[in-house]
Parts: sequence; C-alpha cells; structure tokens
Amino acid sequence: MAETVGNLCRKMHGGEGFDTLTLDLFSRAPSPAPCSYSKPAKRPRVDGAVTMGKDEDRQNPFDFLSEEILFLILDSLESEPLSKKSFSLVCRSFYTAESCHRRELTPLRSGLLPAALARYPSVEKVDLSLCPTVTDTVLFSVGNCLRSSLRSIDLSRSKGFSHAGIESVVENCANLVEMNLSNATDLSDAAAAAIGRARNLERLWLARCKLVTDMGIGCIAVGCQKLKLLCLKWCLGISDLGVALVAVKCKQLRNLNLSFTLVTGAGLEVVLQLPYLEDLALVGCLCIDDGSLLSLKQECKSLQVLNLSNSQPINHAGLSSLLNITVGLRQLNMAYCCMVTHSLTSSFRKLAKLQSVKLDGCEVTTAGLKTIANACVSLTELSLRKCSGVTDDGLSSIVMKNKGLTNLDITCCGNITDLSLANITSSCTSLITLQMESCTLVSKEGFRLIGQHCHLLEHLDLTDNELDDEGLKALSGCHKLSILKIGICFKISDEGLIHIAKNCPKLRELDLYRSAGIKDAGIRAIAHGCPQLQITNLAYCTWITDASLRALSKCSDLNTLEIRGCPQVSSAGVVAIAVGCPKLTKLDIKKCYYVNDGAMLILARFSRNLHQINLSYCSITNVGLLALASVGCLQNMTILHLKGLTPNGLAAALLACGGLTKVKLNSSFKPLIPRPLLEHVEERGCVFQWIDKPFQVELESSEIWTKQLEEMRA
Amino acid sequence: MDLKLRKPPETSSRASSTMVNDISKNLKPDMPFIQFDSSSLGYSVGQDRSMSEVSPQVVNQSHCFYAPERETKIKNHLGPSSVIDWNPRLMLSNLSFLEQKIHQVQDIVRSIISQEDHVVDRGNELAAQQQLVTADLTYIIIQLISTAGTLLPNIKNTLLSTDPAVGQPSSAMGMNTNLSSCGGQKPIEILPPEVAKSSEYDELMKDFDACVGEGDELIKCLNNAGAELSESMPIDDHDAKDYDDGMDGENLPPGSYEVLQLEKEEILAPHTHFCLICGKGFKRDANLRMHMRGHGDEYKTPAALAKPSKEASSEPPIIRRYSCPFVGCKRNKEHKKFQPLKTILCVKNHYKRSHCDKSYTCCRCKTKKFSVIADLKTHEKHCGRDKWICSCGTTFSRKDKLFGHVALFQGHTPAIPMDDAKVSGAPDQVQASESTNGMAEHTGFNFTGNTPNDAQSLDIKGADDCQGYFSPMNFDACNFMGLDEFPRSVYEVSESPFSFLSTGSFSFIQRHGEN
Repeated sequence: MAETVGNLCRKMHGGEGFDTLTLDLFSRAPSPAPCSYSKPAKRPRVDGAVTMGKDEDRQNPFDFLSEEILFLILDSLESEPLSKKSFSLVCRSFYTAESCHRRELTPLRSGLLPAALARYPSVEKVDLSLCPTVTDTVLFSVGNCLRSSLRSIDLSRSKGFSHAGIESVVENCANLVEMNLSNATDLSDAAAAAIGRARNLERLWLARCKLVTDMGIGCIAVGCQKLKLLCLKWCLGISDLGVALVAVKCKQLRNLNLSFTLVTGAGLEVVLQLPYLEDLALVGCLCIDDGSLLSLKQECKSLQVLNLSNSQPINHAGLSSLLNITVGLRQLNMAYCCMVTHSLTSSFRKLAKLQSVKLDGCEVTTAGLKTIANACVSLTELSLRKCSGVTDDGLSSIVMKNKGLTNLDITCCGNITDLSLANITSSCTSLITLQMESCTLVSKEGFRLIGQHCHLLEHLDLTDNELDDEGLKALSGCHKLSILKIGICFKISDEGLIHIAKNCPKLRELDLYRSAGIKDAGIRAIAHGCPQLQITNLAYCTWITDASLRALSKCSDLNTLEIRGCPQVSSAGVVAIAVGCPKLTKLDIKKCYYVNDGAMLILARFSRNLHQINLSYCSITNVGLLALASVGCLQNMTILHLKGLTPNGLAAALLACGGLTKVKLNSSFKPLIPRPLLEHVEERGCVFQWIDKPFQVELESSEIWTKQLEEMRA
Repeated sequence: MDLKLRKPPETSSRASSTMVNDISKNLKPDMPFIQFDSSSLGYSVGQDRSMSEVSPQVVNQSHCFYAPERETKIKNHLGPSSVIDWNPRLMLSNLSFLEQKIHQVQDIVRSIISQEDHVVDRGNELAAQQQLVTADLTYIIIQLISTAGTLLPNIKNTLLSTDPAVGQPSSAMGMNTNLSSCGGQKPIEILPPEVAKSSEYDELMKDFDACVGEGDELIKCLNNAGAELSESMPIDDHDAKDYDDGMDGENLPPGSYEVLQLEKEEILAPHTHFCLICGKGFKRDANLRMHMRGHGDEYKTPAALAKPSKEASSEPPIIRRYSCPFVGCKRNKEHKKFQPLKTILCVKNHYKRSHCDKSYTCCRCKTKKFSVIADLKTHEKHCGRDKWICSCGTTFSRKDKLFGHVALFQGHTPAIPMDDAKVSGAPDQVQASESTNGMAEHTGFNFTGNTPNDAQSLDIKGADDCQGYFSPMNFDACNFMGLDEFPRSVYEVSESPFSFLSTGSFSFIQRHGEN
C-alpha cells in the first residue's frame, strides 16, 4: 500500500493539470501521506472508495486509496481551505471523501445552501455569518438536511429569519450545542421560547437581541439547562429577574456576558452564586452601583475572569468589595472604570492567582501602581493602554516584581522613558507582546535594550515612536517577531528594514503606514526575507513603485494589502499581486491614480477571495468595476471619486455583485440610480454609505500631515 | 327550564323587593314612585318567562324610553317658553354622544335576540351580556337625567302654571336630577335623614336654579363620558382603597364616635363643594375657595383662603365615622356587626364598589368590570399582555412572582403571550387554552360553564350584581320596563313634554291591571 501511495504521489506530480493540487497538498502540509500511513491504522476501514474503483473499466489509481487515508490527508489540510477545494477536484473518490470529511460549512450565499447541504451530509457546523440574508426557508432546509449531525450554527450576521426558522432548526437538530444569534434585533420572545427547546445547547450568543425580554430568557433558562456559555450583551429587554432565573436554572454556566444590560446589584448577587462560573463580563453595566456591591458577602471562588470595563457608577469601595469575594480571579479588566489609586489596588492583595490586569484608559497614580507591584507577583499580562499618570517609577516597580510578564501594553503612556524600558527589558525577558505606540520619549537606547534582551518578542508595536534605522537594526535581534508595527516612524529607511528582513523570517504582519522613508529596496528585502508575510500596510509610503508589489507577490500568503496613497503604483503592480497572492482578501488602492481597468480585469480573474476593496480616486471605469463585480466573495466596496464611473455602470455592478454588504459611494450618485434598484440591493443585505467629501487630488505631504498631527496633540 | 336560568329573575325580584322596602322608608306612600315600584315588582314577579326572554325586552324598552330623539323633542317643546340659560349646542353634542352609546347597546341587544333560539345552553353567557346591557343603560340613564336637569327649572315654571297634576311627576324627576347633580349641597346629614320629601320640593327647586347657573359646566362634565361620576378624585381613591377594608382592625367602642350617614345621592354626586353664591360645584374645597375669590374681596383674605380644618384643629377632634346608606350592609349602622367607615372617601368607594353597577369595563380583557375608575386603572396595569402566565397555567399579577414560581418548580416555563407565537406548534396551543382558563378563573366568569362549581360561582356573582343594578338609583330607570315593543311611534304621537313619563306609567298600570 505504501508503494501505491508513493506511486500516486509521483503520478500526481507528473499528471497534467494537477500542478496546483500537488503544490497545495504537499508543499504546505509537510508530507502528509507517508506520515499518516506510518501510523498503525486502528480505525475500521471504509472500503467504499476502493471497491468503487474496481468496478470501473478504466482503473483510476486514486481509487486504491482507502477513505481512511484520504481522511488523514484531509485532516492535515484542515487549515488550507483552498487546498481542500483542489483536493476535491482530483477525482470522484476524492470528491466523495472531501464531501464526507467536511465538518464545517461557511457559505457565501444562503441561496446555494440547500445544494451545498446535499453535498456535505456530515457537516456539524454551519457558519452563515457571510450571508447577509438567511430566510426561514434556508433554515428549514438546514434543519431537514443535517438533522442530528448539526451541532453548531452561526447566524450572527444574518437577517431575514424569524422564530419559525429557528424553531425548525431546534426541532430537527437534537444535538445542537452551539448557537449564535447575535444581532438578531428583530427576534422576539417567541424565538427565545423556540431556543428553549434545544435541550443540549451549551453555548448561546444573544448579543443585541433587544426584543428578548425576561420571559424569553426565562424559557431559555428553563429549557437549556446544560448551558455553559451565555452572552446577553446589549439585551436591554432583560432585567434582574431574567438573569436571576438563568443563574438559578443553568447551574453549569461557566461563561456569562451581561455587558450593557440593565442588570443591577441584586441580579449580580444571584449570578455570583453560580457554582462553576469562571468568566463574567459586566462591561458598561450602568445599573450596578457601589451600594449594591458593598452588600455582596458570599464568596465566588470559581470566578477566574472578570470584566468590569466602562462601569461608570462603580467606585473604589464597591470594586474593593467585589474583589474581596472573587478570590480566585486570574484576569481582571477595569478599563475606563475609575481612578486607580492605592486604596483600590490594595484589594489586589487577596487575589493571589491574578495573572492579567487591564486598566486601559484609567487615571493611574504612582502609588496605585506601586501597590499593584506589592500585591501581585505572578502577572503575565498588564495593560496600561492610554492610562494617564503612568510614570517610570510606577511602571518600573510593577515590571521588576513580575518577571514572568509576557504581554505589556503601554500605548500612549507618553511619560515613559528609557528608564522604564531598561527595567522592562532587564526583568521581563520572556516578553512576547510589547505595545508601546506613541511613547515618544523612548530613544534608540530603549530599542537597543529591547533587541538585546527580548528574544521571545513576537508582537511589537512601535507606531509613532522616535525610531530610526539604528533602532531597527537593534530590534532585528528579536528573531521571533511576527507582528511589527512601525508606522509613522519618519526616520526609518530601507537600511533598517533590510536588517529586519534578514533576521525576522517569521514576520506575518508589517505596518509601515506613513513611514515615508521606505523605498522599493526595503520592501523587496522584506518580501524576500519574510515569505510568510500575510498583512502589510504601505499606505502613504510615497516612494513605493510596482517593483515593491512585484516583490510582494512572491509572498503567497498575503491576504491584506494596503497601498493607499502610493501614486507611483500602477496596474502592473496590482496585477502582479493578483496573480501571485491568491489568498488576497483585502485590498486598499485608494489614490493609486494609475491603477486602471486592466488591473481590475486581472484581479477579478485571479483574486477570487477578495472580500474588501477600496478603489477611490483610481482610474477605473464601468468596465473595471463590472469585471470586479464578478468576484463572488466581494462584500465591502468603497468607490469614491471614480471619474469613469457612470450611474448605469454602477447600477449594473451593484446588481451583479450579489454578496455586497457595505458600499461607500459619492452622494452625487444617489439621485442618479433608480430607487427600486437601490432598494433591491438593500434588501439583499447591503448597506449604502453616501459620502459627501470634496474631490481632493493632491496627496498631503508628510510634513503637512505631521504638522496637523502635532496640532492635534497640542 | 332549569333552575339555573330561573335564578336571575328570582334574585331580581328579591332585590327589587328590598328596594321597595328601602324606598318606602324614605318616601311617603303617596309618592308616584311607589306606583312604579309596585307595578314593576308585579311585573317581574308575575312574569313567568325565563330571563333570557326578559332581557331583550327590558333593554329595548328602557332603551327606547330614553331615546335621544325623545329628548330633543322635549327640548323643542320647551324651546319657546324656556328662559334661555343653557347652551343648545353643547346639549346636542351631549345627546348625540348618548345616541352613540344607545346604538352600542342596541347592537348588543340585537345580538342577544339573534341568539335567543339557542339560549338554553348559553344561559350563563346571556346573563353576562344582560349585565353588560344593564350597566350601559344605567349609565345612559344617569347621563340623561343629568342632562335633563339643566332644563328642568325652565320646565318647572310652565308646568306648575299649567298643569298641577303633571307637577308631581316632574317633581319626582326633578328629584332624580337633584340626586345626581346637586345632592352634595347639604354635605353631611346626621341620621336619620329626611330626604326627598315632597315638602322639600321648594328647596330642591332652589337647588335646581343654582344648578342651571352652572349648566355649561355640567354639560362639560357629562361630555367626559360620565367618567366624572366616579372619577372624582382618582388619587385619593387609591389611598382610600386600603382604608376601606383595613378598617376592621380599628375596633372603636360603639358610642365613642359620631356616626354620619350620607345619602346615596350625595355619595354619587360628582361635586361635593358648592358655591353658596352662584351654585357652581367643585370636587375639592380648595378649588371652591379659589373660585370664591371671584365673588368679592372678602373672599380674598388669607383667612378665607386658608384651609378650614386648620382653625378647627385647636379644639379636640370629634371622632367621626360613617355609615353606608345601604340597609343590610355590614357598613350600615343598623347592621348587627356594624363596622363604620373611616372617611367620606371610604364611603364613596365602598358604596360604589358594593352597591353600584360596575360600569367600567376593562378594554383589554372585556370581562373585568369596576365601579370605581381607579380600580379599573389599577387592573389595566396588569391586565392582558401584562398577565404573567406559567406553562403550568398558573397566572400571576406580577412578573417577579411568576419568576419566583418558575425558579421554584422544575420544568415550569414562562409562557410567551400568544400573539407572539402564532406559528408555534401544539405545546403553545395547550398553553393558550390554559391561559384563557386561568383568566376565566381569575375573573369569576366561565363562559363554558361546564362544571357545577363554575356555575355556582357564576350564580353568586350574578346575584351580587343584581343587587348592584337594582339599587334605588337604578330602580328609577327600571320603573319603565313595562313597555312591550319598541314604542317609537307612541312617542312621536305624544304631545306633552312629559308624555314619556305618563305613557310609561300608564302602560305599567295597564299591564299591572292585566296581571
């Protein structure tokens, strides 16, 4: 059998037309076939594929592969949707195997769902988040086709269904475990009552289901007693009564999100009595006040994650009282909550297991930070993002005590200097994520220290820092970097970037927004040195030309490219990207004036996965737009100030592009496009944004932009 | 004919006989009222038909008797000779409103007639409808009498001068009006009351003169769909509700307090405070005092504007308690276990709740009726959609109670209201029927009436209500039940402004004679 597989592999390599397949199969997934076969096959064999092959006149060598082997191959292709697609095109048995193997379905259009469901009978998860409109009929067919194999359904981005559809899914699919109905703003209690009949439901999201009242959630609480996760974010119809009933009935709850609800202290008290509650989100719960928190007495030992951000009415006393009873806390988020002072943070002492603290946007005192340092020694994550009052003194005291810190966010802590960085780098050598956007007092010495000590660093955000080539050279010591954001660093140039390219081969995301010193040589080096690059932002790097794009087209994983305001880029560069990067999903070519219809034709031909595109100010006419409209995945289009675009062309493009969810257009088009057509497109789930910005051809120079930035800060 | 159906007439006759007692106590035997009483009594006792047959007639007769066309006719007669002090436009609008109301009643009666064939199995429903009709009619009657009251002083002059014989009925009529509109002028009478004697006739007439002065306002009041009658002080009503029944624990020793008894007319009067100068009526004393300022500077002094009770507060307060004028009521001072009522508001609410018809129907459930509008409002707060129902059929007036129940019992679910869950399947339908049952139990009406228990409860209820609508107040209206057909033609022929009274009584007498 091993021979057969080997032969197959050779034949696959040799066979015409299968080039793409072989590449997809084996270059990305390291030798799946031999590897999988070397393991003893203990599962019962499914001989379908083999027997099928025998009966056929023309012996197809692929048919000798058992379904089991095919499944093993498919298992290793799990992260490569395109490869799986190619796999299914090899032959009939491969196609059947792929059909039976697929567990997850994410259709682009709900209209084709019945056919897709017939092809994939053993799908467990149906993700309809890409379908803006899902009617009850579609849900009926989902229920009828998948029956008890369906375990998860996601309707969080869809509209157009009612409680009847949900009911049919619930009635037919007894094994339903997961349901996401977020944003179903028109669902009422009747739908909630239907959900209540899904006895095996464990995870349920109802975010923004504003019409669901206590009665509805009551039905869910009584019916779905196995619930482990419940998200009631923005459910404004639900009060303490409903929440309390959930807490009484669903004793298995681990994860509860009550953000932006009207729940008060009374409801919270009952919730905290849940025996297994681990994760509780109370973001923006404005009805919980200090007084009610003070009366909390019973300990909630199981709670590990608590999110209290944006809770305005809560103050020191209440927070302290709450933290006193949640002794098992591991993660605490108090973003935009209240002033972090000594009296507040002293209650951290009881939280021996605390690992993560987020104080985003809070006013912080040095004394408060020092108390945190004294109270907590096992922090791995600390976020002081946009906190005012963070000083070297305070920050240093924390980082010196918590040597295990892996994630540190000090974005916009403008008072931080090299002193802090010296302490951070010397004590927290295991730092993985460091976000320090707009820490303008940090000098090259600081960056040198980072490069020298933080070898494990994977995510570094230095946007808007005083970074120069020397700094970049030092930072290239962080070999594991995968996300590097060095936008608005005017002093960096190709020289520094080449160092990064040479030493950071794992780079996946590179942000060079408005780092105007970058030219083609730097990008070429990056494209060469970082083949795994997926996301890159070169917006307003005005020196960039087609050469850069040609180089980047070698990064075949590239999915997001932003080259807004790069006037030297032409169609040729975009074409190169289109051909070289088949995974491209987001493309921003605003103000690339020389990109024309030719690029669009090629883009439409090759970039079949394009979801989002910004074409404003390009030289694109009706022809290009219509070509683009044939890209089935396209959801989000921004098409402002296209000179060659006529109302008729636009109308045709809108009609042709069935999957659109959001289109930004000049408001001048609004009266020119027939009203019924707009209504029709809107009915399909598209939202129009009519923009009334003046036509502005010139790119503002970096200097002017910087000046504006300075003025804004002042 | 089964017992169940026979029961309403019996109760009605019983009620009317008590009424006769009641009235005979207050009125002299030579009053024409007694004639009406006896005739109607004879009618209701003597007739041997089931209630189902009676009711349409009753309704028809009283209806046509008070047909608005009649009233306009009277006005036309009066027109030339009357002293112009009333606004005919307002009156017209008032009357057309009444006409509408009457049409509504007509519709109900028609539907009753159409159902007459299969009455036997639907006796209960019929009884309910009958109650509805009676309630509506009583309301119309009160309205009409009040409306007529604005005219009567003018009539009086002509009548008294021309025909002394007709003067007597007119005085009776005048009294009625007085009862409803001006009774409150003598606020509290110490028992035993001597009301409505014919010797007081002149005094009553004086009251009418006062009334006419404020005719406009009266009509305005009437325009407010009669709500005024019991709406007088909604907020106070709420407060008083608790006192009303909470009195029992007081246990004042008998004799330690003064017992006052208001007359029913006073209790039901829309206004309790009247201007001694112009006769205008007010609900609140404070409003009267504000009004008095217009009559001269002497009323503008701080002393005149101050709360009268403040002056009296220096003296040791006399404990006053109130008795219900309804004989036989536990709150009546002649009852063996008399329990006094604490305030006038208590009296008002007690009297309306216990001895008047429930003329306010909940527009949501269409079943619950109330005599005090505040009660209706309280009910409406948690009626219908706000009715909290559990899957087990238990209903709750409050959501937290339902949730407490659901939390307590395994498997019980909050039931979603039906209009939400139209498409949902069988389980919901079960819930629906359960919920309606629950509603029926709650209100005391069961239209199916299958179980003997239900029937019983209905009968009790019915009896209670009979007591209500055969109260003296409504009895006046019921006097004219004797007419057999829809006698519009009779009215058209009649000439005298009070022909309706005389024809009515004539036919009664004739019928009585036949019997």
